[in-house]
Amino acid sequence: MSDQTDALVAGVKRAFAAKRRLSIVAGATRDFLGYPMNDEPLNVASHRGIISYEPQELVVRVRAGTPLCELEETLADAGQMLAFEPPRMGAASTIGGCVATGLSGPRRAYAGSVRDFMLGATIIDGQGRCLSFGGQVMKNVAGYDVSRLMAGAMGTLGVILDVSFKVLPMPAREVTIVRTAPLADAVGHWRDAARRFLPVTATAWTGGRSYVRLAGDGAAIDEGVDAIEGDVTTDGPWDLVRDQRHPAVVGAEHLWRLSVAKNDVDPLSVLVEWGGAQCWRTDGADPRASLESGHATRFRGESDAERFQPLAPVVQRLHQRLKDKFDPARILNAGRMYPDL
Amino acid sequence: MPSASPMPDQQQLDQQQPDQQQYLQDVRRALPADTIIYDPRHMAVYETDGLTAKKQKPWLVLLPETIEQVQAAMRLAHGHGIPVVARGAGTGLSGGAMPHPDGILLSLARFNRILAVDEDNLSAVVQPGVTNLSITEHVRDRGLYYAPDPSSQIACSIGGNVAENSGGVHCLKYGLTVHNVLKLKLVSPEGEIYEVGADSLDAPGFDLLALLHGSEGMLGIVVEVTVKLLPKPGAIVVFLAGFDSVSRAGESVGAIIAEGIVPAGLEMMDKMAVEAAEAFVKVGYPLAAEALLLCELDGAALEVESQLARLEALMTRCGATSFKVARSQSERDLLWKGRKAAFPAVGRIAPDYYCMDGTIPRRELGAVLDEIAALSRRFELAVANVFHAGDGNLHPLILFDANKPGETDRAEALGAAILELCIERGGTITGEHGVGVEKIDQMCVQFTDDELAMFHDVKAAFDESGILNPGKAVPTLNRCAEFGAMHVHAGNEKFPGLERF
Repeated sequence: MSDQTDALVAGVKRAFAAKRRLSIVAGATRDFLGYPMNDEPLNVASHRGIISYEPQELVVRVRAGTPLCELEETLADAGQMLAFEPPRMGAASTIGGCVATGLSGPRRAYAGSVRDFMLGATIIDGQGRCLSFGGQVMKNVAGYDVSRLMAGAMGTLGVILDVSFKVLPMPAREVTIVRTAPLADAVGHWRDAARRFLPVTATAWTGGRSYVRLAGDGAAIDEGVDAIEGDVTTDGPWDLVRDQRHPAVVGAEHLWRLSVAKNDVDPLSVLVEWGGAQCWRTDGADPRASLESGHATRFRGESDAERFQPLAPVVQRLHQRLKDKFDPARILNAGRMYPDL
Repeated sequence: MPSASPMPDQQQLDQQQPDQQQYLQDVRRALPADTIIYDPRHMAVYETDGLTAKKQKPWLVLLPETIEQVQAAMRLAHGHGIPVVARGAGTGLSGGAMPHPDGILLSLARFNRILAVDEDNLSAVVQPGVTNLSITEHVRDRGLYYAPDPSSQIACSIGGNVAENSGGVHCLKYGLTVHNVLKLKLVSPEGEIYEVGADSLDAPGFDLLALLHGSEGMLGIVVEVTVKLLPKPGAIVVFLAGFDSVSRAGESVGAIIAEGIVPAGLEMMDKMAVEAAEAFVKVGYPLAAEALLLCELDGAALEVESQLARLEALMTRCGATSFKVARSQSERDLLWKGRKAAFPAVGRIAPDYYCMDGTIPRRELGAVLDEIAALSRRFELAVANVFHAGDGNLHPLILFDANKPGETDRAEALGAAILELCIERGGTITGEHGVGVEKIDQMCVQFTDDELAMFHDVKAAFDESGILNPGKAVPTLNRCAEFGAMHVHAGNEKFPGLERF
């Protein structure tokens, strides 16, 4: 429970003055994403603790170094949750890393992503200025939405100090419906379910099986069970899928994540989630050039090869200009996301 | 459709800057004549948006019909350094689309087509001038709808919704515009075309899609929007609960959330707003109540009924003096009609009203309403309160008469005091209407100089030459310094606006 703002600001200011690059670290559980960093570490792990949490407000404000599992426990004690189900990459995973990498779990396609649930953030920019954007209220359009810009920016725009999230009540009950189905059929079933108002909160296909998770009170679940074909189980694969520990992906030498339109599912996937919008491939081929929609990210394999989808020229220029504004000396996680960023 | 403008006469030409003269020549070559309005007599409709107190004629109005025409207009404006203000339906409430006196008013009104509906991906591609409600009307037969529903949805355009990150009564459960848009196609100030977001659920690189929402036309011109569609819920009920005090109604809002239920909508109106609405649309609101709570539940039929039973018991425990349920579409529409018509209803009981948009943590609801009542007495202007209670988003409506000397100034001063109260209580000056020109001074109170400087930097990253909607949304640091000095002065002398009376 410690506020390290002053020390972290001083660290960035020193680095800015000396034009010395920093690698922002905390739990170091998400190093697989992006290019490896070997610059001087700026460790935010000790900047931790829940700053404020009032369950009736559905808002929690938490320091970046707070372990994800600690926050989730506190929320669960009040019957609430982070509805985007961030992947927990181990006990050391922190909120800062969760936001910086922008990864969301099985509920993402049905509830929203990490940035959807962000209400505000405090950051240190590349000059060592401490800046707050957004806030702790549900709706806020004063100023540009810089806080959501931090989600998925891989620490290249600022050191995240704290984040405010909207949280939601945990569902009273969850069940999973499982059936044997080829991938195309599974995606078709999900699509049919998505056209109806059913309490679906996750979908996954792997190993020839389709899984659909339903959540809500008893009546809502009963209605979903009646509408969706398959066997009911309380033992879905959701934690394994969420935390990237599922056997389909866990030992693979190569792992690509494909983010595509729901009607553009990659048939070579070993695991498909989000109603078809998130596909995982382990065959080692680079899928980026052949995508009809969306983009692909390398999670594992060939550490020196390209890892993210190239950006369109105008968008790339906007990235460069934003980087110049947030981090003019280019000292924050330089090259972590794109080699020139 | 406005007719082609006559050529400017010699006197008008003489008044123009050289850049403007050259621009006019160039744009006449690039755009059809009927997309260019030069005659000031045809500009009255563009003088103001929903913030009617601020009026300004633009130098030139353009009504392009194609993306190529928008690109050409922007390329030329960029080359000549001429300001451009984009405008959708002109329903914005903060003056975000108020024209620049020396600039171009770029109306996207002719971009009014729904281009595609993708039922598999549950999305629709629409042009920015399409009205919010017409998207839902277009896909209703397929059992789908577009969730964000600002009260002005019959008129407001989706491009404007993106610019303001509009909310509505259903955003408690379904989110704001930013949560319901997948992709934007934009034209840069230099006239280039680009896309942010994707048909997938995320895009590579920075989340520019989020950054562009609520950016008030300062960063780019939106020319195409891909929105998310949702299936219509199986069952919907609305209940109305009356309370004998505003603070008791406010407490019941927290109690509903604590029950673990997130309603589709949770709205509150105070006595003055209820009386005005009832007089206007006669929906059968209980007039004895000091405050009304309107709550919509949606979901599976059995789920909705069980939630309704729980909340009815809860409302009784919270001290509700009346409780009424609407199940059929027509009954529900009637209950909502009063709420959605609250602004015009209040408009009938006073010559003018000024709508505020602060958001506060819900726990502060009772205290803030008490303070607004005190401010109302002090400024001697009535305030009706309508709000998105579930989100803590207040819409105090300040009633005044612009024809009475000084009342407009007093209304603005009261509005400013309310916004600063919201900041003091941990909230924000605008939940969904935007800063525009209206709340620009209060930005100085909400943000530090460093934060404002970063906003200017973000603006410059997208619009280096600063031609898009200049002077809106983010105050200059000089302006804040002046405002700060004035503000201290005003704090020393109590309510200088009152002295003239």
